[in-house]
Amino acid sequence: MKTNDVMLQTATKVVTFIILLFAVHIFFAGHYTPGGGFVGGLLTTSAIVLLMLAFGIRTVKKILPINYVVMTSVGLLVAIATAAASIVFDVPFFTHAYDYFDLPLFGETSLHSALLFDIGVYLVVVGVTMTIIQTIGEDE
Amino acid sequence: MLLVMLIFLPLIAALFIPLLYKKIGQIHTGWFVLPVPAALFIYYSTLLPSIAEGGSRVSELQWIPSLDIAFIAYIDGLSLLFSLLITGIGSLVVLYSIFYLDKHREQLHNFYVYLLMFMTAMLGVVQSDHLISLYLFWELTSISSFLLIGYWYTRDRSRFGALKSMMITVFGGLMMLGGFVLLAIMGGTYSIRELIGQVPEISNHDFFIWALVLILLGAFTKSAQFPFYIWLPDAMEAPTPVSAYLHSATMVKAGLYLVARFTPIFAVSSTWVWLVTGIGLFTMFWASFWALKQRDLKGILAFSTVSQLGLIMSLLGASAVAFHVEDAVGTYFVYAGFAAVFHLINHAVFKGSLFMIAGIVDHETGTRDIRKLGGLMSLMPISFTIAMIGSFSMAGLPPFGGFLSKEMFLTGMLTLTEFNLFQFDTWGILFPVIACIGSVFTFIYSFYFVFHTFAGKHKPELLPKKAHEAPIGMLLSPAFLAILVIVIFIIPNVVGDWLVKPAVAAIQPFLYSSPQEVPVDVAYWHGPNTEFFMTLGIFAVGFLMFWTLRKWQKSYDLYPESLTLNRLYDNMMILSDTGANRFSRLYMTGFMRSYLVYMFSFVIIIVLGTFVLNEAFAVDMNNLAPVGLYEIVIMLAMFGSILTILFSKSRLTAIIALGAVGYTVALFFVIFRAPDLALTQLVIETISVALFLLAFYHLPQISRKEERMRFRLGNAVIALGVGVTMTLVALAAHSGKALPSISEFYKETVYTEAGGGNIVNVILVDYRGFDTLFEIAVLGIAGIGIITLIKLRLSKKEGQHENK
Repeated sequence: MKTNDVMLQTATKVVTFIILLFAVHIFFAGHYTPGGGFVGGLLTTSAIVLLMLAFGIRTVKKILPINYVVMTSVGLLVAIATAAASIVFDVPFFTHAYDYFDLPLFGETSLHSALLFDIGVYLVVVGVTMTIIQTIGEDE
Repeated sequence: MLLVMLIFLPLIAALFIPLLYKKIGQIHTGWFVLPVPAALFIYYSTLLPSIAEGGSRVSELQWIPSLDIAFIAYIDGLSLLFSLLITGIGSLVVLYSIFYLDKHREQLHNFYVYLLMFMTAMLGVVQSDHLISLYLFWELTSISSFLLIGYWYTRDRSRFGALKSMMITVFGGLMMLGGFVLLAIMGGTYSIRELIGQVPEISNHDFFIWALVLILLGAFTKSAQFPFYIWLPDAMEAPTPVSAYLHSATMVKAGLYLVARFTPIFAVSSTWVWLVTGIGLFTMFWASFWALKQRDLKGILAFSTVSQLGLIMSLLGASAVAFHVEDAVGTYFVYAGFAAVFHLINHAVFKGSLFMIAGIVDHETGTRDIRKLGGLMSLMPISFTIAMIGSFSMAGLPPFGGFLSKEMFLTGMLTLTEFNLFQFDTWGILFPVIACIGSVFTFIYSFYFVFHTFAGKHKPELLPKKAHEAPIGMLLSPAFLAILVIVIFIIPNVVGDWLVKPAVAAIQPFLYSSPQEVPVDVAYWHGPNTEFFMTLGIFAVGFLMFWTLRKWQKSYDLYPESLTLNRLYDNMMILSDTGANRFSRLYMTGFMRSYLVYMFSFVIIIVLGTFVLNEAFAVDMNNLAPVGLYEIVIMLAMFGSILTILFSKSRLTAIIALGAVGYTVALFFVIFRAPDLALTQLVIETISVALFLLAFYHLPQISRKEERMRFRLGNAVIALGVGVTMTLVALAAHSGKALPSISEFYKETVYTEAGGGNIVNVILVDYRGFDTLFEIAVLGIAGIGIITLIKLRLSKKEGQHENK
């Protein structure tokens, strides 16, 4: 895809970071307000896709040398490990645990094992969508 | 607990083998393996005194308590005998393999991992009291056998033999599982010991005969009985230590074990007696007859193994007869059970040594073709002596162990003529006659094996290698077994008291309550009775026929190849292969649209069918939200986009219009206050439009010419059908609520129990976490699928790499 669009490229440089930040926000907000690993992952993907549209797949690959297949498998592992971790504590598979902690800067925060699972989901979603887009996009 | 753990010991040891192989390559990996079976053998030997007095050991490990599935190791005389055989012969085979397999050329780590896996599986089979774990181990023996036969996987014949053994034994295993399930249904328990206690109720059940036949199928396929024996000769492609271990001494005896173990349950049935005795004896005759056609040393031994297994099988069948005889303890009917176990031991010992000798001959001369061999007697004197001891024992000559059990076999078959139930009084005479003919052929092939290899003229020009005696390490194991053959002849009653009688008491608990009650005493000389004259006759006829073997051996070739069971198996495989291919080609057209047609048609049929069957049509217009201006506008926008897709001439327009449909749906979510869904829908729509643009960029322009009217009409019908179906589902879902909505439950527990605030997300990660877990797994698989589709496209040339 050959583009030489100054406006698109300039805008992308700013917008990408906004989308990425929003993605992170949405990911962590998920447990109480709209959001979650799935949307967060998709938003991240869309940010990368935008970069690809503006600068071309090769350039983006150079900036972000990530092996998305590995990312997918790591995500799956994290998800399964979180679900399986409960076995160690002698409770049924997939039992989540949570508690409230007083963290510096954040104040009282709820930490939930579901978050770990959500990280897995996030990684898989980003990994798979990017794998698909990249392989199809690179194919000539 | 300990006994169960010991079963798994070899498997645990197997975990370290690849590591040892990689790190300490200069020492043959076999040396690290050897202590495992040796230690187990010593441990099991220490159990002998208490078991010989009639004791037993039980240990249990829960596996899936909710389904009542556990590993129960139960050791009685029968299990202990088999465990000793498995670990004892196992140690000798490992020792032999250290010298047989070259540490530089062979992939030893694979070999020993499979071998240890087999050891666990086999110990599990013979010690499991729980039907399900027995089945599990049973299939594991099939799998490890498959891996070991295919050990030299670059050879076509190895792969063929591995697959054949797998197809046949796993088929039998599945049948057996069916039998087990039926047994468990009848008896209400998975424990074999408890089932034996319930024989009176079980034997009157309708399923009884089915369970019997299914379990026998499992036993017959595993123990290579007619007509399933055809896998065993092809299994000879395995390395010789494997043949000696799995395919003569242990795994093929699993079927015998199964029959012996279930004799107390099924002995009441006449079908059992007829099937086990009849098939066993016929197999014994059939395989011994065809053994003489073989030119391959291991081929001869394979057929002889089949034949000997048949012999033991028939004795086990005859041991069930004792159940039907009044006061059997005082009669000759007790001989069969004893003879079965006794011959099982003898066979494991002499056949193990013969296989190892066949391996040595192969190793030192480079060929196993008996036509090229001959005259090795002077070159390999030790091997010759061992081979002679083994063969003479197999032929039933004194002073070797086989003589004693062969005599008892004849006794067992002769007593069947005195049995007067189940039409044995008319047909019973066939048993000793077939036994005699089979024994004659056994005599001939034993001589054929040893004398055509070691006697006669030496033909060095035909041998790939210069023949010489094997290294001492390789001779150790077979020599030890050969000495055992003679020892068993010298002290048969010691062997009887320690090993055979406890096993017999386990097979025939209806006769004896303790091993000491088994009234059999092995004697060398019974006086000039019928058995004695039969033996003399067998020797005389056998010797004469062996003398003239070269003259009549060619007549085997007259039998047409097209009528063999092997050909039947091949044809069945080809038929199922091409049949399955043809069937898939029927509907796998390669067009996405065809698949969509199938899927949507089935959705319509299944959903509408369910509607009709349950009379679930319902239209209830109450409790509807009012339709506002926003909804109408969005609907119109949606319709507009859909019509654009249908009538657009360019693909690009269609894709963008499709995106528009998705965005309007997202707007609906906003109106109905589902921010999560709206957010996700918006992002996913954006990404998929980008993806579509990317993918369709490469495709040619749409051409509308190809589409015929009929094709379009069909599509229209299906589209309409899906639309109507979904509308009906939506209406019915709104109108008839069979259960209260689950959202109330979510609302109540989302904060208190799940510790979250956003129900949608908590559903995703917690309430229905399984869904999400599998969904992301599916996503991952889809990603891999796309990579394989696009990156690994094979050209036609590359596609034919399978048979390199």
